[in-house]
Amino acid sequence: MSNAAILTETRGLFRRKRLVAAAIPAMVLAYLVYIFFAFGVPEMIRTADTKNARILVSDSYSYKTHVTRDNRSGDIQIAIEGERKGRYDAGTGPSWVTLGETTEILLDEGHIVLFGPEEIRYDIPGYGLVTANPGRGGVNARLPGGDVPDWINASKNRLTITTAAGRLTITRNRSEVFRYFTGWELFFFTLDSPYHGMGLGEVLGHAVSGEAGAIWQDFWTNKMWRHSDVAWAIFETILMAFLGTVGAALIALPLAFLAARNFTPLGAARFAARRLFDFLRGVDGLIWTVVLSRAFGPGPLTGALAILITDSGTFGKIFSEALENVDDKQIEGIRSTGAKPMQRYRFGVIPQVTPILLSQILYYLESNVRSATIIGAITGGGIGLLLTQAIITQKDWEEVTYYIVLIVLMVMVMDTLSGWLRRRLIHGKPA
Amino acid sequence: MADTTFQAGSLSEMQTGYARLIRTRRMWNGAMLALFVALLIAGFMTADARNAGGFWNGIDNVFDFPVEVIGEAWEKSHLLPGHFAKYFPSLVETINIAAAATLVGVMAGAILSLLSTRGLARWPSLVGLFRRVSDILRAIPEIVIALVLIFVLGAGPVPAMIAIALHTAGAIGKLYSEVNENASLKPVEGLASVGANWSQRMMLGIVPQVAPNYLSYALLRFEINIRASAILGFVGAGGIGYDLKNAMSWGQGKFDEAAAIFILLFAAIVLFDQLSSYARHRLTTGART
Repeated sequence: MSNAAILTETRGLFRRKRLVAAAIPAMVLAYLVYIFFAFGVPEMIRTADTKNARILVSDSYSYKTHVTRDNRSGDIQIAIEGERKGRYDAGTGPSWVTLGETTEILLDEGHIVLFGPEEIRYDIPGYGLVTANPGRGGVNARLPGGDVPDWINASKNRLTITTAAGRLTITRNRSEVFRYFTGWELFFFTLDSPYHGMGLGEVLGHAVSGEAGAIWQDFWTNKMWRHSDVAWAIFETILMAFLGTVGAALIALPLAFLAARNFTPLGAARFAARRLFDFLRGVDGLIWTVVLSRAFGPGPLTGALAILITDSGTFGKIFSEALENVDDKQIEGIRSTGAKPMQRYRFGVIPQVTPILLSQILYYLESNVRSATIIGAITGGGIGLLLTQAIITQKDWEEVTYYIVLIVLMVMVMDTLSGWLRRRLIHGKPA
Repeated sequence: MADTTFQAGSLSEMQTGYARLIRTRRMWNGAMLALFVALLIAGFMTADARNAGGFWNGIDNVFDFPVEVIGEAWEKSHLLPGHFAKYFPSLVETINIAAAATLVGVMAGAILSLLSTRGLARWPSLVGLFRRVSDILRAIPEIVIALVLIFVLGAGPVPAMIAIALHTAGAIGKLYSEVNENASLKPVEGLASVGANWSQRMMLGIVPQVAPNYLSYALLRFEINIRASAILGFVGAGGIGYDLKNAMSWGQGKFDEAAAIFILLFAAIVLFDQLSSYARHRLTTGART
């Protein structure tokens, strides 16, 4: 071949390579553009609710206390997050509310709201005094002169003032003030507990003086956060994953022998076992979950069985591949001592495959804890259910945050635990 | 566990020593096995007690629903092609969610993996940080992100895609960094000596070495993500899972649509499993000539 021919050939080769190198990113880009429009991203960005995002973020680290006045009877009610579980007893309240004929509510930055017998007054520093006489003819609000700023929304029957210090809403029947605080409200003790509002040192002092049981009781049965229910839900999720994974392994092991070429000379049996595995895997976990919940109803058992059935197929495939790779020499050695088939399997095969099987089982256990969260949301069990319930109410975002933190911690702990067990059981290293 | 030791002595001494060793071991193994079985049974009983319908009541009904579905599908088999056509776009959406999430997740994960591999990292002191990032991304189940994003962005395929992509990035970040550790550093050094910057060193020195492994893991991830995207649809993220949920809620008499969805989903999963396993086989053993 002449030099010129080699040169043209090389150039052609380079051109092709360059084309391929440019074509792949171009194809990926084209696909992503297609997805961008197929998924309606422009439309979604337009309709996306930034208000929801703000609520979500602010609610996840702060809470509000409602002070509500019934404008007809004049009764005043103070409740954290406006929930019955966080309500103060009548006649009591936090230190920033002074109850009386005229109730004085102190907000941040010198804002003061007064609930009088007739009149509602909100003194806004730097703006002026807003008064209202809610009654039959509407809220009758009087604002300082000048343009109405955009953080005040006034109409005949409704007045809403939103400031950095809080929010006042007045309608004919109700006047309500929100004051915002940072943190998760009543995380340890609810208002009806004697330990509410105590510092850590004080609580520890009480614990040392023999009240540890009562303190734990109050914490554990906290109606707002339901710590015992949450702990149980976490346990239930792990239980689902454990039962599903271990059950699947126990079912798949004997079937895997049936599907392995070197243990089952009978082609038909092998074929049947393999197609069974393919079927179990192919009918997705979602379908099994739906089918099983019809039979067993909602609950953790349904989730465990769904994991069990799907993973039987997966394990069957993995195990039978491991079994096909075993070393025949060890089995022959066992056979030479006159061992029966069962003994050959027990002493010639099992010790060879145990490390592979164990490491796969542990790996799936870990991944199934995540799956169990999702399956729990569908079948109604475990932390997945609590999470979906909290999200559906669309207001308890601090609880959602709490559950998310717990789920991530749970997965990470299982991750570490399974890694530790793997090292311990397979490599025989003491961690 | 069996820390019984014995000194080499006469044969009989050795025999008794060995027998003792075996006995303790067997006892320990037996005890562990018993404990494990007890745990399994107790766990099963607990789960059974917490379930709405018990296991022993439900076991008779396991086949009722499939039989019902198959029966109805058989009766109305002339409607099935129509149902297939009706739900095919949803299936495409489910697969698109998986594919886009895999693409985005794998690209992000690959970068994350390069940043968290010792010897390759752009900022060697931040290796630990990037590892933690991929750990956390991996630990968050898809459903958590999907549900939160559905609240913010509204129902649709995008929340599911983002959720799956984030999880994929975490999982791939870990898998790929294990692959990267086995890559030869010589091409990287060569490129460094001619003044290539970090991204050039990675693209030209590392990626060609690890590309087959990368692709093979990405395909495996794609299989997993199709399943995940179907499940997320069921909790409100669009695609065929959402249709399945609706079809289920219509109840008896309409199960022919559910059957059509089952068949579509099953066929899609099997098809993509086969395609990807064929492609992965090609990648590991090379093209058959």
